[in-house]
Amino acid sequence: MSADAPFFEWLCRLGDNTLVLGHRVSEWCGRGPALEEDIALANISLDLIGQTQMWLTLAGEVENAGRSADDLAMLRDAWDFRNALLVEQPNGDFGRTMMRQFLFDHFHLLQLQTLADSADQRVADIAAKAVKEVTYHVERSTEVVIALGDGTEESHSRMQAALDWAWPYVGELFASDAIDVQIAERGIAPLPDTLRVAYDQRVTSALTKATLTVPEGRFAHSGGKSGFRHSEHLGHMLTQMQWLQRAYPGAQW
Amino acid sequence: MYAQMIKSESTDDDPEKLAAFQARIDANEKIEPKDWMPQGYRKTLIRQIGQHAHSEIVGQLPEGNWITRAPTLERKAILLAKVQDEAGHGLYLYCAAETLGVTRDELTEMLNDGRMKYSSIFNYPTLTWADMGAVGWLVDGAAIMNQVPLQRTSFGPYSRAMIRVCKEESFHQRQGYDIMMRMAEGTPAQKRMAQDALNRFWQPALMMFGPSDKDSVHSAQSMAWKIKMNTNDELRQKFVDQTVPQAEYLGLTVPDDNLRWNEDTGHYEFSEPDWSEFFDVIQGNGPCNTDRLEARNAAWNDGAWVRDGMHAHAQKKQQTKVAAQ
Repeated sequence: MSADAPFFEWLCRLGDNTLVLGHRVSEWCGRGPALEEDIALANISLDLIGQTQMWLTLAGEVENAGRSADDLAMLRDAWDFRNALLVEQPNGDFGRTMMRQFLFDHFHLLQLQTLADSADQRVADIAAKAVKEVTYHVERSTEVVIALGDGTEESHSRMQAALDWAWPYVGELFASDAIDVQIAERGIAPLPDTLRVAYDQRVTSALTKATLTVPEGRFAHSGGKSGFRHSEHLGHMLTQMQWLQRAYPGAQW
Repeated sequence: MYAQMIKSESTDDDPEKLAAFQARIDANEKIEPKDWMPQGYRKTLIRQIGQHAHSEIVGQLPEGNWITRAPTLERKAILLAKVQDEAGHGLYLYCAAETLGVTRDELTEMLNDGRMKYSSIFNYPTLTWADMGAVGWLVDGAAIMNQVPLQRTSFGPYSRAMIRVCKEESFHQRQGYDIMMRMAEGTPAQKRMAQDALNRFWQPALMMFGPSDKDSVHSAQSMAWKIKMNTNDELRQKFVDQTVPQAEYLGLTVPDDNLRWNEDTGHYEFSEPDWSEFFDVIQGNGPCNTDRLEARNAAWNDGAWVRDGMHAHAQKKQQTKVAAQ
């Protein structure tokens, strides 16, 4: 491990969130409910993969062990991934996919906005680029959640079910641990729990417009961002995503 | 091609109007949606543009098959961008078809229940990463052969859609060839994948242009109307002439023992593809017809509640707006 292990780990959290969610969204290719949705889903996935390249490249530089973004994406096993559990959850129906996106997007935007003031210029630069894309992601997922929550009886009940399903994964996004504390002390990023109030306001306002009920429970699954205990789903995703690199080691593609 | 074996509809309009219409076409004027046009012209175009649009949509599936297994982040991003372009092409083309008096939903239903076709090429499986190269290089390469002249087609909205599509297709072909180059200069396993992909896609790519149309009266009518700009054989020859040197540059062997350069004609001689296979694929018996149609039907049926929900929300918003006025 390099001397700056906490920074490396923290960068992996950012890059793995965008990698894993970008991959999940790309699974929709050609299967969306309307052509416009196919285009939008591909667009979001593309943005997230692009952000992954920036975060994981920087992570590799900070680690200083000669690993590229591709090495990190394609050659780590599940326990070394640092994404939140929310983003590795399977797509389910379009309602689940969009609810997962909506709940992540609002967190993601708040996170990137605060990173504009990061003491590390490289982090600030990546965040400044990503924030424009994620502003659009928030607009779109919020519009879809409101429309489908308010739409028909069926779309409403599917969106409520999706919210109930995803909600226990929200808390982990904001849980601050020892690495977050170190990163905050160095002025790289604020503690994630400081973003929760603004998040709740934004999310609740949209969910109210969507006529959906925010679950009362505050229970939060954990184990993704620490890597201690991912869900079973991540390993299956990686077997697919990493297959070529694993099957033909050292080949250039 | 993306639109194959489009039969021209017969037309029994007023001969004077028909003559005036043909004169406009011969003068290279663009026909716009509100202009008078023969019924046959309208129907043929709906079928042709619709089939072209369907091909873009179904064409997402064989490439989507590899997005989740792309070997690097960059390859994944490029493939995503390409597939996104294809969905966009589908959208322009459906919009062009809609100007002729058919809705996108009607066209989609005709695709889903088999009344309308899409290009035969998308009924072949993509089995290795080299297939992403072969699809870009050969399939998009063949598509460009047809689409470049269609930029000059007589129907304005179709012509304009083709101009936008062509700009993006040349990027698609280059990225395909770039994958092939990387594979061809790679490890023995990668070279084997590249050759295998060419072996499997060569004949299906030739079939994309459709059977020889020298005897077809339908084709003659479409050419007179300038909704078909070249014969199938002309385009196929042009494709072979362009592609064979590219294969040689890659160090790959075109799977045709009869392939040879003819000094006198300045063209390659090549074997006809197996047309019985082509007709099997067109009739639903290609390796992936069932899978492709099932995937499209599942997307459409599973997405019904989403479209209904969005529609209901839009109507509620509209009613609130009206009430407030």
